[in-house]
This record gives sequence, structure tokens and C-alpha cells, in this order.
Amino acid sequence: MAVIAFYLIAAVVLVSALSVIMARNPVHSVLWLILAFFSSAGLLVLIGAEFLAMLLVVVYVGAVAVLFLFVVMMLDVDFVELKRGTLRYWPFAVLVGIIFAAEIVLASVIGTADMETNFDASPGAETNAEAIGQVMYTQYLLLFQMAGIILLVAMIGAIVLTLRHRPETKRQNIAKQTSRRRSDAYELKDPTPGQGI
Amino acid sequence: MMEFFTTTTLGIALLVTGQALLVIVPLFVALAFLMYGDRKVWAAVQMRRGPNQVGVFGVLQSFADLLKYIVKEVVVPAGADKFVFYLAPMMTFVLALIAWAVIPWNPTWVVADINVAVLYIFAVSSLEVYGVIMGGWASNSKYAFLGSLRSAAQMISYEVSIGLIIIGVIISTGSLNFGDIVAAQDGNYGLFSWYWLPHFPMVILFFVSALAETNRPPFDLPEAESELVAGYQVEYSSTPFLLFMMGELLSVVLMCALISLLFFGGWLSPIPGIPDSILWLIGKMLFFFFMFAMVKAITPRYRYDQLMRLGWKVFLPMSLGWVVLVAFFAQYGAFGGAYARWAIGG
Repeated sequence: MAVIAFYLIAAVVLVSALSVIMARNPVHSVLWLILAFFSSAGLLVLIGAEFLAMLLVVVYVGAVAVLFLFVVMMLDVDFVELKRGTLRYWPFAVLVGIIFAAEIVLASVIGTADMETNFDASPGAETNAEAIGQVMYTQYLLLFQMAGIILLVAMIGAIVLTLRHRPETKRQNIAKQTSRRRSDAYELKDPTPGQGI
Repeated sequence: MMEFFTTTTLGIALLVTGQALLVIVPLFVALAFLMYGDRKVWAAVQMRRGPNQVGVFGVLQSFADLLKYIVKEVVVPAGADKFVFYLAPMMTFVLALIAWAVIPWNPTWVVADINVAVLYIFAVSSLEVYGVIMGGWASNSKYAFLGSLRSAAQMISYEVSIGLIIIGVIISTGSLNFGDIVAAQDGNYGLFSWYWLPHFPMVILFFVSALAETNRPPFDLPEAESELVAGYQVEYSSTPFLLFMMGELLSVVLMCALISLLFFGGWLSPIPGIPDSILWLIGKMLFFFFMFAMVKAITPRYRYDQLMRLGWKVFLPMSLGWVVLVAFFAQYGAFGGAYARWAIGG
């Protein structure tokens, strides 16, 4: 049963990953990418790492891919024009492909025996979430904090790069708006007829 | 006979299908009446009669609407991406439905009793934004596209604070399973043992975030009809529109269930001595649905910059600070262990 599920999901991952680079419409590419992410989460569930699977969906599908989709939909790039140059780059693509394939083969040759027989998704704990929690904030605290700082720096960097103070932009001053009282907003006048204010 | 359902593959498949139907069918029937109730509450607040023609007091109005949605013609706009155009409402609907798999109705009645149930709900609700973006993009219409962009930004913003609020509850319980969360709220003081008391300010934040997450008024910017006609739904008609509408209502009801389970004790009875039952859960959900309907009736729509400001500059710091606070309270057993239910074995 689990084997059938594995091959089914793995097939979906491969087909959707292939479709990401084959699709003509870039928005379709991103949608295929989402399917690939989602199916990979399915693979994680199959090996018992349900916490990682959910995080993959929340982070990659729920946040990262949404940004991809945003960018691709908003960008007005002529993708047909871009695709025309594809032939020039194929040696690089093949090189990258060979490196990836070599890494996977190497990893599976070296690590097969261990992975197949001794794999435990939640070592030393009942659930996957507990197992991660027990080491993340103790053994790997420094690495965890460093990863957090790197992300923070990247975030601040992105904000600094895109922040422009344009004087002509109109901004809402919320403090001013909320501190407005009725007496500031209007007053009642009783003009005499024919006189006006 | 029992062995067939618990051991063989076919038996398990049949069993799960049956359980899923047991959840889905009552849910759909309830949905029809909830839609009617929503409109009736709204009408009552505005001193109108609301639907009153089909059946006694108009209770069958939703079924008449259903028939109309199904038999009308599906209009696909010119230049629309047909596949994505049809995929979007289906996605909204299916995602709203699969979240119900992990909602428990009483200690043992749950379709999928998984360890990471809360995270699963969170993952599914973070996917719901795709139906909106895809629908807006595939419609090939500027109104629809603008509406979907707004909606996506809004849903992502409020998901953050919903997630942080839920983390507070998870810290107090020490588990991601709904059954454990409800069991942790079972105390000697009836409704005062529930999480709404220790987590009080977050209950309100959660409710408001839920309004924003489900695109309900006062945060229904994606479909602000005065600016965007009907936002991402503008090009949809007939059954695809029905799927969008049902998907949205389903996620509203799901939010009602979440509030009841996380903060108001789920199926636990509010008064010690009265037995716990599924009826309590349904009653609490109905109450919160009534609150959703009332909010829809009595609040004016937010401006978009106000919405974003509220999400990022008010809710996010508050809920983040609360997580830190709860972590401290739980670690040091403050207030007699009210924040650390795993420690007192509650």
C-alpha cells in the first residue's frame, strides 16, 4: 500500500517538475511548481515526517510560491523572446543536470544501507514535531539562531534596497486621522439669508 | 465483519469514505440553512424581511438558489485561461472541504486523528489563497486581477497573526492535536477552565483575524463592490460561482469550529455536572456563526491601508508578544499552571 502510494506520488512529482520547465506559460510553470511542492510534502508524510510535510506546505506552497506567482503575473516580460535564447544555454543546463545526478547517485550509493534499514523520522520521541523540538533549541541552538539572523539581514536588505522616499507620494497619517474629533471636522453655522458665510 | 473494515485495504478505503460522507453530507445540509440564517440575521439588523417566499418563512431559499446556480449558463470570458479558470473555484471548494478531515466532533469522532492536526488546518488555509489568485488571473479582467491581488496580500497578512495566536494555545497544551487541546481545557470550573480566560485578548484577535482571513466584512476588500465590482469573482457565473461561494462559507464555518475548539472547549459542557456532548460543539459553532453574521451586518468596510496597518502593525506585534509571554508563563507555572496544562496533567 505504502509502496503504491510512494510510486504514485513520486510520479506526480516528476511529471510536475518536468512540466515546470516545459510549460509555455510562466504562470502555468508556477502552478506546476506548486503541485511539485505539494506532492513532495506527500512523500514526507509517507516516511513519517508529518511535521516537516506540513511546514513544507505552509512555507513553500503557502508563502514562497505565492510570491513567485505574484511576480510572474505582474512582470510584463516577453517570455517567448526569452525562450528563444534557450538553445544557447543548454550546455550549462546539461552540466547542472549531471552534477545533480552525480550527487544523488553518490548519496544513494553511500547511504542506502543506512537509510533503508535504520530510518526513523522521529528519533527519541513519539512524534516528529517533538523529535525536532528536542534538538532544535538545545543541540542546534546556535545554528538555529544564525539561520534566523541571516534571514533577518536578508529581509532588512530587501527593504533597504526597495525603500524610496519619494516626496510626491501621499501618505496616510493614521495618528492624525484617529485623533480627529468632531469639533475639528466641522462646525455649525447659522448664516443669515442673503448673506452667506 | 469488523475485521474487514480494519484490516483489508478495500475495507479501510470504504470505512474512510463512509466517515467522510458522514461529515460532508450533514455539513452541506447545514450550509444551506446557514446561508439562509446569515441572510435572515442580516435582514433583521437592517429591518428588512429577508428571504421569505420559498417554504415556511423562506427556509428553503438556499435550495431554490442552488437549483438556479446549477441550471444557469456558465459564461467564460474571452481570452480567459480556461483550465485555470475552472480549476480556481474547484480548488477553493476542495480545500475548504478537506480541512474538515481533522476536526473532531467528540473525543472519538474524527475522520483523521493526526498528530499535527492544527498545523494541517493552517497549511490548508494557507493554500486557500490560490483559488483567489488563480480565479482573478484566469478571468483576464482588470477588476478581477486587482481584487485577487488585494485578497492574496490580505490573507497572507492575517495568516501570520492567526498562526502566532494558535502557537500560544499549542504552548499551553504541549500538543498539536485537537483532541489533546480540548482535553487540556477540561477542568473543575466548567467554562472558566477553557482557554478563553487565560488567552483572553487573543480570542478577540483570533476572531478579527478570522474575519479577515475569510474575506468577510468589514474586511471584504477583495470583493469591495463599490471599487472592484465583485473582485476576483466578477467573471464567474453559475456553478463555478456557487463553488466559490460555498468554499468561502465553508471556511467561515471552519473558523467557527476552530474558535470553539481552541478557546471554548469544543464539546465540553460549560457547567460542571452536565455531560459533554457534540451538541455543545455545534451550539458554540452556531453562536460564532451568528457573531460572524452580526459583524457582517453592523460594520462598515475598512480602507485597504487601514487593513494592512491593523494586520502588520497592531496584530502581529501583539500576538508575537503574547507568544513570548505565554512561553514564560508556561515555563514558570504562573497563575497556578493555567498556561501550562501539560504540567498539571489537565
